[in-house]
Amino acid sequence: MAKITLDNLAHSYSDRPTSEDDYALKELNHDWADGEAYALLGASGCGKSTLLNIISGLLQPSQGRILFDGHDVTHAPTAERNIAQVFQFPVVYDTMTVRQNLAFPLRNRGADPAYVASRVQAIAAMIGMEGTLDRKARGLTADAKQKISLGRGMVREDVNALLFDEPLTVIDPHMKWELRTQLKTLHRDFGHTMIYVTHDQTEALTFADKVVVMYDGRVVQIGTPQQLFERPAHTFVGYFIGSPGMNVLPADIRGDTGTVGGSAVALGGDYGTPAGNTELGVRPEFVRLSAGGDGLPVTVTRVEDVGRHKIVRADAHGTRIDAILPEGAPLPANADRATFDPRGVNVYADKWRVAPVGEAA
Amino acid sequence: MNKTVNQKAWFLVLPVLVLVAFSAIIPLMTVVNYSVQDSFGNNEFFWAGLEWFDEMLHSERMWNALGRQIAFSAIILAIEIPLGIFVALNMPKSGVWASFCLVLMSLPLLIPWNVVGTIWQIFGRVDIGLLGYTLDAVGIEYNYTQDFFAAWATVIVMDVWHWTSLVALLAYAGLQSIPDAYYQAAKIDQASRWAVFRYIELPKMAGVLMIAILLRFMDSFMIYTEPFVVTGGGPGNSTTFLSIDLVKMALGQFDLGPAAAFSIMYYLVILLVSWVFYTVMTNLDKRDGV
Repeated sequence: MAKITLDNLAHSYSDRPTSEDDYALKELNHDWADGEAYALLGASGCGKSTLLNIISGLLQPSQGRILFDGHDVTHAPTAERNIAQVFQFPVVYDTMTVRQNLAFPLRNRGADPAYVASRVQAIAAMIGMEGTLDRKARGLTADAKQKISLGRGMVREDVNALLFDEPLTVIDPHMKWELRTQLKTLHRDFGHTMIYVTHDQTEALTFADKVVVMYDGRVVQIGTPQQLFERPAHTFVGYFIGSPGMNVLPADIRGDTGTVGGSAVALGGDYGTPAGNTELGVRPEFVRLSAGGDGLPVTVTRVEDVGRHKIVRADAHGTRIDAILPEGAPLPANADRATFDPRGVNVYADKWRVAPVGEAA
Repeated sequence: MNKTVNQKAWFLVLPVLVLVAFSAIIPLMTVVNYSVQDSFGNNEFFWAGLEWFDEMLHSERMWNALGRQIAFSAIILAIEIPLGIFVALNMPKSGVWASFCLVLMSLPLLIPWNVVGTIWQIFGRVDIGLLGYTLDAVGIEYNYTQDFFAAWATVIVMDVWHWTSLVALLAYAGLQSIPDAYYQAAKIDQASRWAVFRYIELPKMAGVLMIAILLRFMDSFMIYTEPFVVTGGGPGNSTTFLSIDLVKMALGQFDLGPAAAFSIMYYLVILLVSWVFYTVMTNLDKRDGV
């Protein structure tokens, strides 16, 4: 187990990067605290896997350093880093039995046979494959193979970190919950540093203590699920996390009032006059619809009933606004005004969140 | 569902049947016809029954040729398969050099058999051939027309030169189909180079390697042109393989009956071995599918 430090790290797949756009991973400084469970969340191609492969040593970064507990391992081979990694598609050694597969990482390190046998038993119990230990791995289903990959990742107790690269993509939905729960239990019991790459927000939010959101090669926010929900640092975070995502409305900001298409919106604090292209971000949970009265004039275009609640799609001067109606609350007849709960309104300048005066940074 | 019965559909099979009849069945039956008859020329034939088969089964000449043939196939397989795998493992995985290697490797495969034979026939000559002359100059006794060992070495090296590329290309295709994640996982698991080969590369290549072995076995077992051009089967009978012996018997001595019996048995041996390979290969596939 170790603290992992990224120091000025950046990576480009081109040999001679000229502009920032050439970097798959833009300059990054970050500490991954020892024993925490992180989720690395972002859309496909945002640099998550690049970052993961740099940590595990499968990729050499173009610049910067990576330290494990203060030791520079930037150029150390994967083997020396003592890391476990599970990949998106199951990797099993076809000609070996399940037992041999699970024992492989330990045997390669010359572990004592009795210890290997007991570890393999423990892991087999954890992934629910005790009954198939002596089967050849060839011909097992994709989920079973992925469980073996997970098992091989977890079989070593002394790893510095466990890295998961979208490991549950090929697993059946009901198994996903079960395996994710097992991973959390494992984390609680053994306290490994875990980094879990995913593009599924539910997976990220349920698995991790801290979620790292990446966008276009950059880490845009690191925070607890609650922070990501209430105070998205970048409009991408607001949009990407939440279902549906945060509404983003172009607005003029003056002190504690925003103006959207001629209508005043009360903000939760004093924002001064931020420079740049200013926008308001409001999660659908904080949007209320009413017939007449104050608020932003909107036209309701569609109502989607998703069971637990209703999602209302509306249009305000060409900008889409989504609202979530609380359970049991009906949509007012002829609803044509939207109001926002000031607690749920965030202000953005050039896509980045502006802190109100007086908020602790 | 009711099946539609229409016997006219048999007509659809007819063209193939005619084609196969002319290309395989009729020629084969001619051979069968010869194998059970004796002839003293003038197109007169006498019934001989299984006499020729009996004679051939007790013919030392045929057993010797078969022995040489098995030795030849075994030696070239033992060299070409490992060498082909080794070459494939060391070929670049992508880029300009990968294409360059692929083209370079395909070149020997494009040369006709008799040209390959001629190339090596000249290459090995002590008077004008580069190889023969050089070996002679450094004091190595080398003369494929007189020395048993030199003749075998030449024929084997020629076959290795001509066909290792085929094995390498097939093995390379097998290697290319392995996703990167396997190699990455192996690194994470701290697998040694040998373990990567044994547990990742070899199992993934198994299918294409079976094909490579089958192709090389069949081809080498039927080899005729190349050794015939280089050594003519000599010195003595030392490089007279089954096909060469068969041609000598059928066309040189005009012993049609024994030659026909011989070729039928030759054919059955190849058929048997191919069947065994086919069975093993389909069983491998089945194991994959479970």
